[in-house]
Amino acid sequence: MAAFEANSSSQVEQVLKKKRFKKPGEVGIVAFLVACAAISIATTVAIVIVLFGEAFTFFQDISLVQFFDWTSEWQPDFEPRSYGIWELVAGTVNVTLWSLVIAVPLGLAAAVYLSEYAHPRTRKFLKPMLELLAGVPTVVYAYFALTFITQDILFPTLGKDTISIFNSLSASLMLAVMILPTIASVSEDAMSNVPRDLREGAYALGSTRLEVAFRVVFPAAIGGIMASILLAIARVIGETMIVAIAAGSTPNLTLSPLETIQTMTGYILQIGTGDAARGTIQYSSIFAVGALLFLMTLVVNVVAELIVRRVREAYE
Amino acid sequence: MSSEVSPTVLQATGSVARRQKLSRLSRWVLLIATLIGLVVLVVLAIENIREAIPRLNWDLFINYPSRKAAEAGLRSSLFGWIWVVIYTVALSVPIAVGTAVWLEEFAPRSRFITLLRLNISNLAGVPSIIYGILGLTLFVRIFGLGPSMLAGAFTLVLMILPMIVIASVEAIRQVPPSIRDGALALGATRWQAVWHHILPASMPGVMTGTILAIARAAGETAALIMIGAFTFIAFDSINPMDSFTTVPIQIYNWTIRPVNQGFQHNASAGIIVLVAAVIVFNIIALFVRERFRRS
Repeated sequence: MAAFEANSSSQVEQVLKKKRFKKPGEVGIVAFLVACAAISIATTVAIVIVLFGEAFTFFQDISLVQFFDWTSEWQPDFEPRSYGIWELVAGTVNVTLWSLVIAVPLGLAAAVYLSEYAHPRTRKFLKPMLELLAGVPTVVYAYFALTFITQDILFPTLGKDTISIFNSLSASLMLAVMILPTIASVSEDAMSNVPRDLREGAYALGSTRLEVAFRVVFPAAIGGIMASILLAIARVIGETMIVAIAAGSTPNLTLSPLETIQTMTGYILQIGTGDAARGTIQYSSIFAVGALLFLMTLVVNVVAELIVRRVREAYE
Repeated sequence: MSSEVSPTVLQATGSVARRQKLSRLSRWVLLIATLIGLVVLVVLAIENIREAIPRLNWDLFINYPSRKAAEAGLRSSLFGWIWVVIYTVALSVPIAVGTAVWLEEFAPRSRFITLLRLNISNLAGVPSIIYGILGLTLFVRIFGLGPSMLAGAFTLVLMILPMIVIASVEAIRQVPPSIRDGALALGATRWQAVWHHILPASMPGVMTGTILAIARAAGETAALIMIGAFTFIAFDSINPMDSFTTVPIQIYNWTIRPVNQGFQHNASAGIIVLVAAVIVFNIIALFVRERFRRS
């Protein structure tokens, strides 16, 4: 998702660009290309209109005050109905927190190893292997979380009294495996881009490899590292299947990893699997939740992008 | 060869020795941390194969879904899955490559275009379930396509479009400017330069990005559930307007059944089919990328 800017072109190109097309058929081709590019704009416009349009209907019935009321529960299915978004946000924050607690140390350790310790041949082999972890369909991780992690590992070790069958911990564990490559790969790129002079200077002063890695390279690459973590956060916030299957469907204002929760995406999917009729509040509620989800991931992604851009400018 | 330490080698002592020892130890700690994710996945994969063995037979592929776990199969979901992915590829590749070519070769340099590029990289970060909500509203309801394979394919096209555009833009940028300049200098039009020189040269990069995006589309579950593909299908979906379900959704269906009914084995077997497909896609992508690098 790295930002891409226009490449600089020669003056010749600029002149040629203004030149008229030699063949009349090419006007049609270029029109087709413009239409292709227009689809991306149309998609964005459609997402915004669809989400915020229907969310507007929702907020005509449910006030924003009630939506953002700390004390209000998320209970859209039965009386007394209430729509306090914080329980769902707490679910999302819960899995984000715990998956990061697991994945950030492991991902950064992997990044340091690949960038500072590994032989180029080892890196060339290990990095694609790690990246494969991100390519596994998330429904697979979801099944692993519910069936193997919860029932075969967490139940025997923690006991059925301490942990629910649907719990945030199993989902967070699998989410951590899912985002590991994002953190490791993006951070490793940032570390590899740290100029060699810095390393050699530190070695010349008698630093060990460990000291070079964590006192020189790590601080110098901190921008890229932050960006990798933000990208991972965006992926966790938007992930649906793992949390919907393994973490449960009970909105719960808690950060405990042992309890059943529901995330924003999990709620949307729950309504999607059922048959909430169009026009009901349940149906329009997924647009309100979706709009908030969209805004959250957008902010995280944009901040990550700005950091990446600043870091790139610093070294180029 | 003597095993004694050569007298010319200086042996560090005190705090320096401690620092060096720590540094040597750190290599192994970091290596273990690097491998943990992979090891976890391998262990889970082995466990999964053990679970899947009772159901790994032809029945799995030729039977329709059923209330009895031992008879339930992937037939209808395989049909829906393969067709939806084919439609998605057929629609997304020309649109994505067209967008990339326009952005790189034809678009004027303006603030609007910078904004468009930013917009595309942000679209790549939109959660898939949002695309599901969009598909449900736009294709299923407003366009009146219903929960059909066409609506599913359109939804997946919008989802993977930004990924392929970004990969294609990168690939086009890798083409040396001399190739373009040479063609233009010999009197080719911009489009001729693109069609005969730039596109062929950037093909490996475009293909790698496309294949990885297809793997993503093939594994997508949430977006297709949102448009209504989480249904019981007991016929072969072939017509674009047929309702459908896919292999990942069938796995989801089997996963959420109560335990002790045997559906776990089905889910495990389905996962083997799904992961095998994804691995094949990834290997092809890797192969294309490596061949490209050599030439």
